[in-house]
Amino acid sequence: MSDQQARKPAQPLQAGSIALPMIPWGIAAVLLCILPFIFTNNSAITIMNQMAITIIFALAYNMLLGQGGMLSFGHAVYAGVGGFACMHIINSGDFFSGLPLPVLPIFGGLVGMWLAIIVGAFSTRKAGTVFAMISLGVGELIAACSVIIVVFFGGEEGVSGDRTYGLPFFGVEFLQQIEVYYLIAFWLMLSAILMYLYSRTPMGRMANAVRDNPERAEFLGYSARWVRFYSFVASGFFAGIAGALFAINYEILTEENLNTTQSGIILLVTFLGGVGFFFGPILGAIVFTLVQTVLSLQTELWGFYLGIIFVATVMFFPGGLAGLIMMHVPALRLGKLGRLGVPYLKTLLPAAIGALGAAALVEMIFHVRHAPNGDQEMTLFWTTFDSHTILPWGIATLVTVVGFGIMRATAPALVEAWNEANTPDGMSE
Amino acid sequence: MRKSITLGVAAALTLSVSSFSVAADTIKIAFIDPLSGPFAGTGVNGLHQYEFAAEELVNKKGGVLGGDMFEIVAFDNKISPKESLIQLQVAIDQGIRYIAQGNSSGVANALTEAIDKHNRRNPEDRVLFLNYSAVDPALTNDKCNFWHFRFDANADIKMDALTDVIAEDTGITKVYIIGQDYSFGKAVAAAAVRFIGEKRPDIEIVGNELHPIGKVKDFTPYSRKIMAAETDAIITGNWGADMLGLGKSVLENGYEGPIFTYYAAADGITAAFGETGEGSLRLVAEGQINPPASDAAAAYYESFKAKYPDGNISQARITNVIEMLAKAIEEAGTATDVVPVAYALEGMEHESLWGGSVKMREVDHQLIQDVHIHAHTGDDITFDYDNSGFGIKVENTVTMAAMDSPTTCNMRRP
Amino acid sequence: MDLILVNLIDGLVTGLLLFMLSAGLTLIFSMMGVLNFAHASFYMLGAYFAFQISMALGFWMGLLLAPLIVGVLGAGVERYGLRRVHQYGHVPELIFTFGLALLIEELVQFIWGKNQMPYEAPEILQFTAFAIAGNSIPAYKIFMIFISVIIFIGLLWVLTRTRVGMIIQAALTYPKTVEALGHNVPLIFMGVFGVGTALAGVAGVIAGPVLGTFPGMAFVLGSIVFVTIVIGGLGSLWGALVASLLIGWMTTFAKSYNLRMEDLLTWLGFTKPENIWDSAWRDLWTITSPQIADILPYILMVLILIFRPYGLFGKRDA
Repeated sequence: MSDQQARKPAQPLQAGSIALPMIPWGIAAVLLCILPFIFTNNSAITIMNQMAITIIFALAYNMLLGQGGMLSFGHAVYAGVGGFACMHIINSGDFFSGLPLPVLPIFGGLVGMWLAIIVGAFSTRKAGTVFAMISLGVGELIAACSVIIVVFFGGEEGVSGDRTYGLPFFGVEFLQQIEVYYLIAFWLMLSAILMYLYSRTPMGRMANAVRDNPERAEFLGYSARWVRFYSFVASGFFAGIAGALFAINYEILTEENLNTTQSGIILLVTFLGGVGFFFGPILGAIVFTLVQTVLSLQTELWGFYLGIIFVATVMFFPGGLAGLIMMHVPALRLGKLGRLGVPYLKTLLPAAIGALGAAALVEMIFHVRHAPNGDQEMTLFWTTFDSHTILPWGIATLVTVVGFGIMRATAPALVEAWNEANTPDGMSE
Repeated sequence: MRKSITLGVAAALTLSVSSFSVAADTIKIAFIDPLSGPFAGTGVNGLHQYEFAAEELVNKKGGVLGGDMFEIVAFDNKISPKESLIQLQVAIDQGIRYIAQGNSSGVANALTEAIDKHNRRNPEDRVLFLNYSAVDPALTNDKCNFWHFRFDANADIKMDALTDVIAEDTGITKVYIIGQDYSFGKAVAAAAVRFIGEKRPDIEIVGNELHPIGKVKDFTPYSRKIMAAETDAIITGNWGADMLGLGKSVLENGYEGPIFTYYAAADGITAAFGETGEGSLRLVAEGQINPPASDAAAAYYESFKAKYPDGNISQARITNVIEMLAKAIEEAGTATDVVPVAYALEGMEHESLWGGSVKMREVDHQLIQDVHIHAHTGDDITFDYDNSGFGIKVENTVTMAAMDSPTTCNMRRP
Repeated sequence: MDLILVNLIDGLVTGLLLFMLSAGLTLIFSMMGVLNFAHASFYMLGAYFAFQISMALGFWMGLLLAPLIVGVLGAGVERYGLRRVHQYGHVPELIFTFGLALLIEELVQFIWGKNQMPYEAPEILQFTAFAIAGNSIPAYKIFMIFISVIIFIGLLWVLTRTRVGMIIQAALTYPKTVEALGHNVPLIFMGVFGVGTALAGVAGVIAGPVLGTFPGMAFVLGSIVFVTIVIGGLGSLWGALVASLLIGWMTTFAKSYNLRMEDLLTWLGFTKPENIWDSAWRDLWTITSPQIADILPYILMVLILIFRPYGLFGKRDA
């Protein structure tokens, strides 16, 4: 059972009381309210909706992976089935027309939870590889069922409906994206707070204990199996809420919401953000959504870059983005964070430039290999040039080499500054 | 911390949003199809055909409305309905009024509903949906709407043409129907059973089955069953890897009769079939490639090949989309208000570059056109596919196929 | 009867192909305790490399060289990637191989594009070996069986009869002791990983012409390989063989015979509803065995994990 003894790269949540630190949550709430005034066009709002849904889903997933140490390869089915159930409620006619839309996610959550209870009853008996494999098997099964059980899943076309047939909610019919945004934002806040509070309950703390050392947890009189089960069910509930919000936002659910690709994506999102901290998956969801929707408009190779970023994260920063940020807390406490500024600038700026140069090389190779004949012009970083001449290649190579070269040269200084910043004054090495 | 993150997002969004600007002198057409992932080959080839058609057929002739140029803006939907809806929203925000999509009826179903809802909810920036390839019959029947125009012949029309050929062949007394287990595969099977029953009740359907879509690794067990049924002909709606897998497997295992199908050409499939497919594969499609319908068509194809040596004109109808849209915009006198453009498109008659005339039927927005039965062959091919020496050649033609076919479409017009 | 024989042969081909993948995977697992999610990606790389080499040097050189290249790549991944991640624990290791699978798929698309490659079996094997009741068995399939059997025997021989095999077996159970005896355990790990991925490469080389060489080929086969070794028992070579053959035959027979759920339900004493297309149970009634053939292994795996978590032949928990 060494699987659960995964050494956590970063410190898990601080033990503490079941209380909400008001300042960050307050800032988050205010931001959620004013964001649509900053980004007024519909596509930005659509992207933000997608982001919010992914955040809820990733937080729910992290209840398993980060807090419970359970690796699931089929978590999309809980969100998906919850969403499908909501779509059927939307299409139910009389029942739905008496139901205000904002309460719909509760039903999605309950359905997700119901499915998690059934699957969890046998899958949570073991953790580690057995759990991962059962989750993969169940995930594949339900995804395959989606084309076989047409009555519920609607086959490959999926199930669609119209959210506006619900009971108007204080006069709001949810015709516009912005109205849906506030609905989703409300549920995002609520679910995030609930999930945060859950992680502070004794049950949430026990999930950590079972993750780190199931045997000791058993000695304390807790059944590791039931602790895992409760985490799993809670995670299923919030995944179902995410599925319901998906149903409301897109008004269509398809096989894509259930399949292993979707499950893989949520794993990627969560890990990228960092499983060790509560806010990690939030970061991951934001970055991933931006990469998927904005970067994919700029380059065909977005999946390639994402793959590199992901593998590099696993290899070098297993704490994810959140871990990276939290690494700076000791220096902040010592009041020495400012001293890192210049060394960072000296190393990371050239590194970023080098990375952009490398990306340019990748794009040029791709263009030369796959672009149509005669089409030698390509546009990169707002510059249009001929990819079949030497000059751009020379520039890109030079930028890459110089960028990474400076990075290598200044890296030792950064390491030194880092060590210095993390050493309290007056203490010698 | 949260704040700084959100600030980063703000910066990123502003960057992305600020690049959305609407130029007055171009008419943008959003091309929403897979440009990454397993179906990217098909999507990218389609994009090239659109870009080429817009350039050759509109822009080089001076544009429309006295100088407005067509511009194709590509959006990668990763063949996912969800991504398509996001990209649709981005496209609408960029001021784009024309949406072209074709790969996957699932995506088309999602898009047509979303566009219908959008146009109802936002009358000030309505858009048109130019469906050039999704052939699920429902799109012009139960699910039809005023904003959707289909330029390909739907699955039923194509099956009607295919079964005409089968009915004429007295050597065929048994057929085997096999397809992918989803809406399109089922529609093909249902249409095949219906038309064969009407046209040649004596033909025995010795097999009618569905297999999981995109999941079958080895088709050998299926071809064993087909062989055991001693069928004279196979009908399948398979596409992509499923088409290749099934076709190669039955041919390898000793089957020699005809395989009647929809999508067994280009995107690497023609090259992969090569010699083995000769004499067996029969495809139903619009657009005559071989022999070239006219000198203009041949010249158009040649200049396309000069620009994209690895590409194929596998969706000839794309030229109809571009030309008819240009005509409709001219007729309506505006490109920003899509309602008159849609009315101009309704009922429009047009001479296709690939021969024959086509007509956009008012009642369901289904383009009525000549449908050809092609043979996969290496002989007499002017324009091959995949540079393989093999291509498709017209064997039979059904003129204005299914002109009077019934539709359940009950269209609401603005 | 003839058809049964034909299906037995077809199932054998599928099963043995699966075995070549699962053998390497199970070897790696028993050695390092890590499920290599990217295993099928090395299979894909094998096919693509062999295609590229066959263009220049012909099929046989591809068969020889491609697995070697894949093996070296695999060893490199172990040395420079996995070994680094190993310190963080098993879950990050699993996630690393998962990310690697994504990356390799993107890389393949980047280099070879997205279309299927025209990778063909060699001319010399493109004939019908024999026919049973009108069903021809291509010579290439016999060749595939032949290669797989040789590999299985070779593997068994190396593991049980040679000194290297002895060390590997010892390192499986007592890595610390083996290290204390002066053997270089990290080197053994790297070697095993290299050999395991090279086996996947061989599978790719010989499966490419039959199953198609395209960027999705790893994804299509990926999870079924896990299912195989989980059913067989993680770490058991015999288990992998039995499970591969079981899956091969199970799916082949399910596809070859149209067993209908309707018959089963009627036999169980249920009556078919009058208006089947209006019934909520219509999908259950209309299921046929070919429809669900490919998900049967998953059902089997979930059942096995519930009732016998160490698989058919496994000695320890997964």
